[in-house]
Amino acid sequence: MLLIHCPHCQEYRDEEEFSYGGEAHIVRPLEPEALSDEEWGDYLFFRTNSRGIHHEMWYHLVGCRRYFNATRNTVTYEILETYKTGTQPTITGANL
Amino acid sequence: MKKYSAFSLFKNALSYHENWQKVWRSPTPKKDYDVIVVGGGGHGLATAYYLAKVHGITNIAVIEKGYLGGGNTARNTTIIRSNYLWDEASQLYDLSLKLWEGLSQELNYNVMFSQRGVLNLGHNLQDMRDIERRVNANRLNGIDGEVVSPERIKEIAPLINISRNSRYPILGASWQPRGGTARHDAVAWGYARGADALGVDLIQQTEVTGIRRKDGAVVGVETTHGFIGARKVACVTAGNSSVVAAMAGVRLPVESRPLQALVSEPVKPCLDTVVMSNAVHGYISQSDKGDLVIGAGVDSYNGYGQRGSFHVVEHTIQAICELFPAFSRVRMNRQWGGIVDTCPDACPIISKTSVKGLYFNCGWGTGGFKATPGSGYVFADTVANDHPHPLAAAFNIDRFNTGALIDEHGAAGVAH
Repeated sequence: MLLIHCPHCQEYRDEEEFSYGGEAHIVRPLEPEALSDEEWGDYLFFRTNSRGIHHEMWYHLVGCRRYFNATRNTVTYEILETYKTGTQPTITGANL
Repeated sequence: MKKYSAFSLFKNALSYHENWQKVWRSPTPKKDYDVIVVGGGGHGLATAYYLAKVHGITNIAVIEKGYLGGGNTARNTTIIRSNYLWDEASQLYDLSLKLWEGLSQELNYNVMFSQRGVLNLGHNLQDMRDIERRVNANRLNGIDGEVVSPERIKEIAPLINISRNSRYPILGASWQPRGGTARHDAVAWGYARGADALGVDLIQQTEVTGIRRKDGAVVGVETTHGFIGARKVACVTAGNSSVVAAMAGVRLPVESRPLQALVSEPVKPCLDTVVMSNAVHGYISQSDKGDLVIGAGVDSYNGYGQRGSFHVVEHTIQAICELFPAFSRVRMNRQWGGIVDTCPDACPIISKTSVKGLYFNCGWGTGGFKATPGSGYVFADTVANDHPHPLAAAFNIDRFNTGALIDEHGAAGVAH
C-alpha cells in the first residue's frame, strides 16, 4: 500500500484515492500526421519501463481530481518526491 | 536419462529411494553455444527443449539468474484454457492446450494436468453478450466452449452463489471443459529434465549482465561468471524483459507490473473446477493439496518488487466471498506477487529484433503459464529458422508500429 503525497492538496493520502497515469514527461507530437509509423508507434506504446528511478503521473481521483507527477523507485516502491505537472523532477537517475 | 515408470519406482524402493539419478546435471558453461536462452522459467526451458527435440540444436545453454522455475512459473495460479477471442491468439493458446494434453507422456514426467474445466462468469448483460461472442468465435476456431446458465453453473460448482439478490448476480458463464490446471513446478522440472537429457546445459545462479554485439549481430552474453559466446540469444525473461532488452539497445512496448496471488489453508475437496470472473475480479481453483488458489488483479503501477498493494488482494477476496459465501471462513495461508510484463494489447511478443540473432519472447502479461508449451514450441521454431513460426507471425513486435494489434483484454481474464 502506497502513501502518496498530493502536491496540490499538500497531504499524504492512501493509494486507493489515486489512479495511475503511466510514465510522465512524454510530449505529444505537435504534428502527428508528419510522423512515420515507427515514431507514432513509439509515442503510443513504447515506454522506458525503468527498473529503479521512474517518473510517473498520478491522478488524485477522489481528492482534488488533478494530475501530478511522482518520482518513484520501482524496486523498493519508495516515492522520492511528488511535483506538479509542468515542473521538472529534482531527483533523477543521473543525480541519485 | 533413466525413464520414470512403475518398474523404476519399484526398483528404487528396494534401495530406499536413495539411488535415483539426478534429475539434471549442473554443468560448467562451455565457451560457446549455438543458442543461449536467457531465463530458466517454464517458457525458456520449453524453448530449449523444443530447440533440441524438434530442431536438433543441442548445443544450447539456458542461463538463469536464480533457480529453474523460480520466477513467475512458481507464482502463477496454474490455470490453463484457450478460449481467447481473436483467431491469432486462440490458435496459439489452443496449440498450447493440445501440447498440454500429451505433455506428461511426452516428457515422461507427471505435470498433473487436470482438465477440470474453466468457467468465465458473466454478471451483466454486456458480459453475457461478450461471452456469447467469444464462445461463438471459439467454436468457429474449433475450440470447445459453451454458454451455460446459472443453474448449470450451480451443478458444476455447487458452492457458488447464484442468487439474483447478490451485488453482482451471476447471469451465466462460458464453459471450456478442456481447460483446467497443472502442477506449475512440474512443468519447469519436466522440461528441464527433458532438455538436459537432450544435451542442453542448464546454468543456474548466473545472471546475464550484458549482451555483446559486433556489427549489429549478437556474439554472446556477459554474465556474472564471465563471457559466454553464442550465435543466437533468445530472451524469455518475463518481468525483466525491458531490462534485458536495454542491454542490447532494444526497446519493448511492455510495462512490468506486480500481479498477486494467494492460497488458503488446505481444506477438503470442495471445488473441482476453475471459476473466473472478470467483472468482480477474482479467480479461484483448488489444488490437489486442498488449498484454494486465488488470483488477484494486476497492480496499477509499474514495479519490479515482486509484491503489490494490499487493497488489490482485499478486493479480490471480497469478490471471492461474494461468489462463494462459504469461503468467508477459510483462513488464508500465504500471499505473494510476481512481476508480469504487460503489453498494450494483452498479447505476447514472439519476435526477431533489430539486432541480428537476438530474439524476444515476452509480454505474456498475466496469462503466460497456460501458454508454456505452445510458447516454447513456436519460439523454438522462430529461433531455429530465423523466421517466425506461422502461429507466431502475428505476434511480431512490428505490430506496435503497423497498428495490427490483437486486442485480448476481454479474454485475458485479468484486468490491466
